[in-house]
Amino acid sequence: MLATLGKRMVTVIPTLIGVVIVTFLLTRVLPGDPAVYFAGPAATPQSIADIRKQLGLDKSLPEQFARYVSDLAHGNLGNSLSTGQPVVKEIKSRLPASAELTFLGLILSIVIAVPLGILAAVKQGSWIDHTCRIVATAGVSLPVFFTGLLLVYLFYFRLGWSPAPIGRLDAFATAPPTITGFYLIDSVLTGNLETFKSAFGQLILPALTLGIFSLAPLARMTRASMLAVLASDFVRTARASGLDSKTVILVYAFRNAMLPVVTTLGMVFSFLLGANVLVEKVFAWPGIGSYAVEALISSDFAPVQGFVLAMAILYVVLNLIIDVLYGVIDPRVRLEG
Amino acid sequence: MTDISLSPPAAVPPKAPSNSIFRHARYVIAENPVTGLAFGLFLLIAICALIGPYVVPHDPLASDTTASLQAPTWRHWFGTDQLGRDIFSRVIVATRLDFAVALFSVILVFAMGGLAGIAAGFFGGWTDRIVGRISDTIMAFPLFVLAMGIVAALGNTVTNIVIATAIINFPLYVRVARAEANVRREAGFVQAARLSGNGDIRIVLTQILPNIMPIMMVQISLTMGYAILNAAGLSFIGLGVRPPTPEWGIMVAEGAANIISGEWWIALFPGAALMIAVFCFNLLGDGLRDLVDPQRRT
Repeated sequence: MLATLGKRMVTVIPTLIGVVIVTFLLTRVLPGDPAVYFAGPAATPQSIADIRKQLGLDKSLPEQFARYVSDLAHGNLGNSLSTGQPVVKEIKSRLPASAELTFLGLILSIVIAVPLGILAAVKQGSWIDHTCRIVATAGVSLPVFFTGLLLVYLFYFRLGWSPAPIGRLDAFATAPPTITGFYLIDSVLTGNLETFKSAFGQLILPALTLGIFSLAPLARMTRASMLAVLASDFVRTARASGLDSKTVILVYAFRNAMLPVVTTLGMVFSFLLGANVLVEKVFAWPGIGSYAVEALISSDFAPVQGFVLAMAILYVVLNLIIDVLYGVIDPRVRLEG
Repeated sequence: MTDISLSPPAAVPPKAPSNSIFRHARYVIAENPVTGLAFGLFLLIAICALIGPYVVPHDPLASDTTASLQAPTWRHWFGTDQLGRDIFSRVIVATRLDFAVALFSVILVFAMGGLAGIAAGFFGGWTDRIVGRISDTIMAFPLFVLAMGIVAALGNTVTNIVIATAIINFPLYVRVARAEANVRREAGFVQAARLSGNGDIRIVLTQILPNIMPIMMVQISLTMGYAILNAAGLSFIGLGVRPPTPEWGIMVAEGAANIISGEWWIALFPGAALMIAVFCFNLLGDGLRDLVDPQRRT
């Protein structure tokens, strides 16, 4: 198991190199003067020249790349122009907000999509199958920012069930002391139920928005893969041996059907991390997505670059975890690896 | 497949098959009314894109502060926004821009990804490895995030939205084109073409490309919806299109602030237009796949 893990880790290296090269290229080789980008819109020729020197842009391209990599290795992503803060520090402090939102979105999506897909496959052609198909098609067609706004209108303005979309906590609650950075977990750990309620109320709509957006591929894949497994020989044998259908479906079919679903998780994460940016903007969520959007609007390039790199690394790591998980579920992969 | 591709390129099929394709198309549409609906929606979108700006009842840019934030009425079917502009006219006029951004990005990625994928599948070896490595690197990013980075780096214009949308779709096209070209590289008609003295480039362009066109068309239709979503998402966060240009994503962004005070129509109608357009292309893609590849029909 450890050897497989090690081998898989090695395959991540070329991907990471590619990611670093692309984020480097995004700033250096493209048309225009990178020093002007980094200096921002209000720069004087003097400050542009300073920045050029400071960034080493007067050196050759390979030298610049070496410098960029060494900066990365030291955890230096440059400073934001508008706040003057190091980008790494800002991304670190905002990452838990985004992560909490993304994970809850994913959990909601799995909790809705997997049972829906299983039921649709077991009762093929029934109303639940049609519901599954409609939900899956509508889910991919709805722009995620539009879903978010619809939910805000319905649950905040019409029904008054949820609080105003103004961030992680309402105006009266105080943030829990930072332990994990996840407000839900931290407030439980410190036994602060008021904060938990407030944080949960703020979180549920954006997480649901993300969940709706990402449940389509999951539901579709669960259904297709359950259908394939249910038609297979070992399920027929299990049925013929007199096992009741609950055992057959949940124990025999489900575990095998989950394999292709786990592989689609990679694509789902690509969706989620991208959609996260839009959802954070709709709900004024203080995560790294809205940080990047603010920086984009003010042409503050270092945070955007740091954000793209951070998201890419996060995505590579998530894909690695998915692969490992796949090995845990399917022993055949472990043996072959 | 081998008999039609000897001398005249397969792009010009004989008369009888084209008639049967038409009949098959009619059969598929009759069989699956959803595809018919999608086709109707597509026509509607195309008409709006073509003649929309000439037939709308109001000037999409004309503001009238005395009539701002009005709910839908007979005069303003979709209501008016903060500046009193007619939302119905703006939604219709925006069709052209959204459609054009998606269309051009899809054409661009078809040219780049399609050809790169065919080359990778046909030549194999180093070409395959390099194209594969480029695709993998793009796929290592969450795609929307990469698009944001590209637009930020290239500059905040509509052209760069088109380019960014094309780049993030590149791996999808490479994958399809590569697989399709790979299974045909030793096909009888390719060997026949090679025997009659055609060079590799000529074989790719006159034999392989026309043969995988139907499958690429399905891919184009499926990615059109995704391209529209992506471009609208970018303009929603303030990239590319600038106000007061009517565009669906930016109109939803303009209406976002009014949602919490109950003026739902400003964001709802452009958002719904966006949704219908994406829905239409997704369904159309599924329908086209049924037509081209009946085995994968669901």
